[in-house]
Amino acid sequence: MSAPTYGAAVAAYEPVFGLETHVELGTRSKMFCGCATDFGAEPNTQTCPVCLGLPGALPVANEAAIEFTIKIGLALNCSIASWCRFARKNYFYPDMPKNYQISQYDEPLCFDGYLDVEVDGETVRVGIERVHLEEDTGKNTHVGGATGRIHGAEYSLVDFNRAGIPLVEIVTKPVPGTGARAPEVARAYVSELRDILRTLGVSDVKMEQGSLRCDVNTSLTPAGSTEWGTRTETKNVNSLRSVERAMRSEIIRQAEILDQGGKIKQETRHFQETTGTTRSGRSKEEATDYRYFPEPDLVPLAPAADWVAEIRASLPELPAARRARLRGELNLSAEDLQALANAGVVDSFAETVAAGAPAAEARNWWLGYLAQQANSREIEASALPITPAQVARVIELIAAGTLSAALGRQVVDGVLETGSDVDTVIAERNLGLVSDTSALAEAAQAAIAANPDVADKVRGGKIPAVGVLVGAVMKATRGQADAATVKAILLDQLGVSE
Amino acid sequence: MSPIRGLSVPPSRLWLVSEDRAHTPGGDVAHAGLTRDEVAHLARLARLAVTEEELDLFAGQLDVIIGSIARIREVAAGDIAPTSHAVPLQNVLRPDQVSPSLPRQAVLAGAPAVEDDRFRVPQILGEEE
Amino acid sequence: MAALYELDAAQTAQAIAAGQASAVDVARAHLDRITEVDGDVQAFLHVDSDGALAAARDVDARRAAGEPLGPLAGVPLAMKDVVVTAGLPTTSGSKILQGWIPPYDATITRRVKEAGIVMLGKTNMDEFAMGSSTENSAYQVTRNPWDLSRVPGGSSGGSSAAVAAHLAPLSVGTDTGGSIRQPAAVTGIVGHKPTYGTVSRYGLIAFSSSLDQAGPFGRTVLDTALLHQVLAGHDPADSTSIPQAGPDVVAAARDGARGDLTGLRVGVVTELTGASGGYQQGVLEKFRDAVAILQKLGAEVVEVSCPHFDYALAAYYLIAPSECSSNLARFDAVRYGLRAGDDGARSLEDVMSLTREQGFGPEVKRRIMIGTYALSSGYYDAYYGQAQKVRTLIAGDFATAFGQVDVLVSPTSPFVAFGIGERTADPMAMYVNDLCTLPASLAGTPAISVPCGLSDEAGPALPVGLQIMAPAMADDRCYRVGAAFEAAYLAENGPVLRHIQTLGAGR
Repeated sequence: MSAPTYGAAVAAYEPVFGLETHVELGTRSKMFCGCATDFGAEPNTQTCPVCLGLPGALPVANEAAIEFTIKIGLALNCSIASWCRFARKNYFYPDMPKNYQISQYDEPLCFDGYLDVEVDGETVRVGIERVHLEEDTGKNTHVGGATGRIHGAEYSLVDFNRAGIPLVEIVTKPVPGTGARAPEVARAYVSELRDILRTLGVSDVKMEQGSLRCDVNTSLTPAGSTEWGTRTETKNVNSLRSVERAMRSEIIRQAEILDQGGKIKQETRHFQETTGTTRSGRSKEEATDYRYFPEPDLVPLAPAADWVAEIRASLPELPAARRARLRGELNLSAEDLQALANAGVVDSFAETVAAGAPAAEARNWWLGYLAQQANSREIEASALPITPAQVARVIELIAAGTLSAALGRQVVDGVLETGSDVDTVIAERNLGLVSDTSALAEAAQAAIAANPDVADKVRGGKIPAVGVLVGAVMKATRGQADAATVKAILLDQLGVSE
Repeated sequence: MSPIRGLSVPPSRLWLVSEDRAHTPGGDVAHAGLTRDEVAHLARLARLAVTEEELDLFAGQLDVIIGSIARIREVAAGDIAPTSHAVPLQNVLRPDQVSPSLPRQAVLAGAPAVEDDRFRVPQILGEEE
Repeated sequence: MAALYELDAAQTAQAIAAGQASAVDVARAHLDRITEVDGDVQAFLHVDSDGALAAARDVDARRAAGEPLGPLAGVPLAMKDVVVTAGLPTTSGSKILQGWIPPYDATITRRVKEAGIVMLGKTNMDEFAMGSSTENSAYQVTRNPWDLSRVPGGSSGGSSAAVAAHLAPLSVGTDTGGSIRQPAAVTGIVGHKPTYGTVSRYGLIAFSSSLDQAGPFGRTVLDTALLHQVLAGHDPADSTSIPQAGPDVVAAARDGARGDLTGLRVGVVTELTGASGGYQQGVLEKFRDAVAILQKLGAEVVEVSCPHFDYALAAYYLIAPSECSSNLARFDAVRYGLRAGDDGARSLEDVMSLTREQGFGPEVKRRIMIGTYALSSGYYDAYYGQAQKVRTLIAGDFATAFGQVDVLVSPTSPFVAFGIGERTADPMAMYVNDLCTLPASLAGTPAISVPCGLSDEAGPALPVGLQIMAPAMADDRCYRVGAAFEAAYLAENGPVLRHIQTLGAGR
């Protein structure tokens, strides 16, 4: 027996999923001490008695982190706790300096909200269970062994720079009823969430740097059954694409087990980017008892109603509202806007339009060539080293006839490679269109002379054959000519008209 | 002011008297007892590589101690709010300002083993995080 | 003139300020005294002669330059080893921290230094402050200067012994369940546990975070108040630090010394007077005498019942071990301290467990395991949760009582100093030392222990302590009543410490 296809899996079982998303907040200092939070600093240079867990050190909560968390909660339509406490989550791990994590347990700062996401023009409401605040851990580097992974390593090295960076955990309620589209909905949720976080300015949400990380919970319910199946928790899902891949692969894996009459084990699994599959981690039955209790070193939080109201009033326009507005202003279809949102380029797109580009052109660039470039570099399109203004300039030059579409792509390549301006790239690489008609006439004559048979065919009325000659001229001018102009010159020289 | 003066002192529920060890392990019905295996489990959770002799010693002692403190359950405290903090403070926050970190040599000075400016630890058996 | 080490803190500061003695002379006198006597007493884990003399020279230089000096400038002090001191070994009495040199100062260390107080060294203690006899130290057994075969109390036994033996006029202790008051009582000195939140915990190696509070020891109530004033104050680095100024305890001590307690309402706590046994008769006698003295000073004495105090011991031995099981998890052989069994083959998990096994003593292990048990998901509500509710009830008993009286009194400990080794085999026998001190710890309220006489019931004449408890933030009442009692006792009997045996050259 072999694994079912994805289609067969979702025909036989209804997926129910949930997501736990960890977001590193972009505060200047850490959650409980004044150490800086800069990414990529030399190891153990952003540490102090508090975030190293030295004997005697005590935490004091960062006000901005609380404010950022409330912002997130409000943007996700949550209630904000009028009183809550931090709790200690006790377990031993060498990247955790105190061997307990300051987190929140049964009293999260924000709870009971929702986020609407659109997939294929349909809206799916994802319930938000809770948004709570905790501290990040340090980072282990595994030395020895083949893979740099923990298994087989001879020893490990620990850097505590990341320890104590404020970390928000956003937990959804279980999402049933999305059928075959479950992985897409999950991806759209993370994408929408990321846009919200970026719009709020609370995190740089760089999945590749680990500032946004997802755990994906998946279970399958046999068609017609009302009881949800046993869920697995897949960790280490660190890109939008991986969210979708991990869930698809987990749906197929679980379906295969259920098909064979097996039982799903409740466990933690790890997503492996290379294979696109998940593998078993620690089983939940053996999971540590975290022995949560209220953190005695921190006093309760009771966000005042007027502070919360002030934060609510200061919220920026959120992505969904922005999309609705842009849709009206730019006359774009809902599908186009959703596609832009899913690609994470609404802002890039809107700024390109603001810089003077027609919406349709801007859309085509961001969802077409730029999306491909981002994909091949395995980064988000918005993270490409090109500005919306530069994209708008390329579009402008194409419209003016200074660049062909192909040349436009070459100019974009140049900008991505060198970081130079559009006009600098054109000048340095000599990429402007040849608009000197005498030069084109010369090239046309040469093409006719080199292809007498084709020339005769055209003269004899087979006008489409002129394409061969156009191609030859384009080749001779290294693509820097406008094809329509070249064709007109050739036909003129051959004495035929269309 | 009404003096609460009583010549007949109410019998104190003092649970224990001193030298003559008046406490009676197992006298508390609420106490389920603590086995040697349970103590071994607690030691594992707490990362204590206790010896066999210690297990014997601790199993007896912890059973007595927990048996004694289990009388806390006698108190009718159903709707009483728990006290997690002795001071009635809330919202103690600091502004989001960066302050100097420790010099790295001070960070690493006390470490049992250091390599490449990081804390070196033996191989980790736990799962990948 | 008496030897410099015999002066109390206020006298010493006065002598230095008046130029009758230099701070260096005072420091030398105490360092010499330590050399002579501490071989017997074993109060210090680490003596910092160079640092002490440097600090003393600095005070002398500042005095010579005419700079204003604090009221304790140049006065020597012994610091409990649970308090973090930059550049000085800090072990909390545990092998697991042997050799650790902290890279930072506790807030109270900084405050002591800024006051020009001369820190002589670090004192012995029960490991991580868990114990009532200082026998749980990984390093040495401190002896009671009254009788070297007996314990000095605990966990701050090094600090109490140092002050009683005239090795320092002042010392700092910490009190989680009685660890300042009980050692003060059994060594015949004064010790105060301040209101929780008035003395910064930043840099105290945590035992039980919601209970720990540092405080002063002195040979007189005034000295104790003077040190209290230096230690207390809001600290933004401690989230549980109360952001208001505390009362002026020095003024209260001076006021109390005038000896008039007219109008003061004093409550004798029924549950802390040994009605059902368990208290030594000598202790109860001295306590009754003390209450009579308070009445003589004009106080109105009534009996007050605090029914939930009977559950204080059970609540304490759930809360403190629970918090300590978490607080002590950081000792894991990764960033500082001991690492055992790292032979290149063992996993980190094994090395961690071996390190903690070898680095912690039996009492610490017991409490970690009790706490681990009490916090487990199946037991949390029945144990830790219930203990926190009882804590609320105990605070309620205090609130009710303080609606009727200004202060509450009790013996500080049911017993006088007991013999070394007498109670080590039985953890429960050790725990009952804290019977009288636990309620104020759980409620976070202040309490002082003042010597109230000697009992020879257990053999030699040994000191007994009177505990005076006040509402939160009313530490001044403890000092006022304590000073009034001290003055009256002194007038009748002379100082308790007059009866301490002579140690050192005079022996």
